[in-house]
Amino acid sequence: MTRQTATDKRALGRLSLRRYVGDLGIIGYVIRLAILLIFAIYFVVPLVWLLFATTRDPTSLYSSWFPLTFGSIDRLATSWSNIIGYQNGEMLLWLGNSIRYAGLSLLGSLAICIPAGYILAIGRFPGRRVLLWLTLITMLLPVSAMVLPMFLELNLAGLIDTQWAVILPAMFFPFGVYLSYVYYGSSLPRELVDAARVDGASELRVFWNLALPLARPLLGLLAFISFNANWNNFFGPYVFLNNDKLYNLPVGLNSIVAATSALRPGFNPTPGAPAFVQADAAMAAMFTIVPVVIVFIFSMRYVTSGAFTGGVKG
Amino acid sequence: MSYLLAAPYVIFMAIFGIGPALYALLMSFSKSSAVGPQYWAAGLDNYSLAFGDSRFFQVFGNLLEFLIVSVPLGIGFVVLLALLLDMRPGRFSSALRLLYFIPGAVTGPALVLLVICILDPTISPFGPLFNFVGTMNFDGLVFPGSLPFVFTLMGFFSGAGMWIAIQHGGLQGISAEVIEAAELDGCNAWQKALYIKLPYMRPYIVYQTILIFALNVQLFVEPQLLTSTWVQANVPPQWAPNQLAYSYAFDVGNFGAAAALSLLMVAIGLVGAVVMIRLTGFFKLEA
Repeated sequence: MTRQTATDKRALGRLSLRRYVGDLGIIGYVIRLAILLIFAIYFVVPLVWLLFATTRDPTSLYSSWFPLTFGSIDRLATSWSNIIGYQNGEMLLWLGNSIRYAGLSLLGSLAICIPAGYILAIGRFPGRRVLLWLTLITMLLPVSAMVLPMFLELNLAGLIDTQWAVILPAMFFPFGVYLSYVYYGSSLPRELVDAARVDGASELRVFWNLALPLARPLLGLLAFISFNANWNNFFGPYVFLNNDKLYNLPVGLNSIVAATSALRPGFNPTPGAPAFVQADAAMAAMFTIVPVVIVFIFSMRYVTSGAFTGGVKG
Repeated sequence: MSYLLAAPYVIFMAIFGIGPALYALLMSFSKSSAVGPQYWAAGLDNYSLAFGDSRFFQVFGNLLEFLIVSVPLGIGFVVLLALLLDMRPGRFSSALRLLYFIPGAVTGPALVLLVICILDPTISPFGPLFNFVGTMNFDGLVFPGSLPFVFTLMGFFSGAGMWIAIQHGGLQGISAEVIEAAELDGCNAWQKALYIKLPYMRPYIVYQTILIFALNVQLFVEPQLLTSTWVQANVPPQWAPNQLAYSYAFDVGNFGAAAALSLLMVAIGLVGAVVMIRLTGFFKLEA
């Protein structure tokens, strides 16, 4: 009797394990899980380490047997006040600049990209094909080719060392035009546009009343990509801005790391520069990372929505 | 009327795209001098200077190595992870997809800072692993031969999650009937991934390849901060073509040579892109 139930139980156990791993197979299940977890470690551990690094003084960093440990609240407070107080609060200034630059560039690029992408997908006008090719070519232009002509141009307009030297060039976003073009080309039914035209709606009206309201998934995705590109814009501000009060966070972070020996033990820092350690550098990096992590968490659904690849058909 | 909607884009393209590019083209045939550039005075001198520079083949060789390592590895692992996650839709997969996605917030200087710490075995969370492999210091991990892999690891860390999410969006397009039919025929999860989903993903993979290629050719900020500005690692200060052009312009003041080199990069990028567009119909939307 008891032997009978034990066998039953074992059989049941095998059965439920079978059912649990399903059509992956037991070995396949384990392999899949192992690969996914190894990559989870690769993606997550460096970030967690950096987060903890803001709380650890060099002794803890170099001697701790386990690399992912919390240091101390005191050290965290020191890192915080070191970075907040860096050159009379420039970090907060840079944070404000970053938000303003990214925000204005985002609005400008959306206002330019979406109508252009729409008309390239829907319109049939002379020069359309040329414009598409130029879009591709400008996507490929390397920064090193553009930076000097652009500097001369901005200098001529008197915009060097103003926020517009960063914002205006960033509003030119050929990749966003291409994405809008793909989106409208694949998901806006042409019959709808034609019907509206037959009803006498002007091209502008069709765009405003029909195409724009249909673009919500595109808008989310474009806003995410444009914000991300602008937030991380390094080259423009690095070359076009001399006044450190106008820096954005990436350029500010660069100036902190380049001036101190936080990442270069033994390197002679700029005279008068604060004696920062890794914890301070990690805290400075957190300023550029954390706002974007929040944006990432909220915008992932736009990336997975399929709007990105909607038009790519084999 | 069509032109009105495209006009702002055309204007911005002229000012911040085509205009500067044409000026760069002009500069590549011009001489820099104390009184200003002498247009067309250089002929092909700037190009021959760039070709004759001993670093020329070095930096393009480096870029080629980087592309050969980063593009196939990047695409391969993104597709693998997207397919593995898709085998078992659910909370666990969604959570992992988000975890893979979040490092995308780390780019540019913050990414270089992180990598410098992670590749220093004395403080790295992977220190024990590095010790096990037998590498005790930063220079043992970051040297000229390892840089293509270092930049690949950096790019994958920051970019893979986004591509996995995009491929996930693409995979949602497979109709349920196709999957059901495959199951009725006795396909298991691996066979479904290999014979149904992977062929379906082909156009998305091509799309990703083109964009990754265009992005990786532009490599600049990461090597610039890693090799010359921050740590002066044991690597040449001009590692990527973009860096060599930047150095021509800002270290030597030879804008003509910088422009010539940059335009060679545009040419290479264009040839690659055109070949891929011809092969894949990147622009074709019209049925």
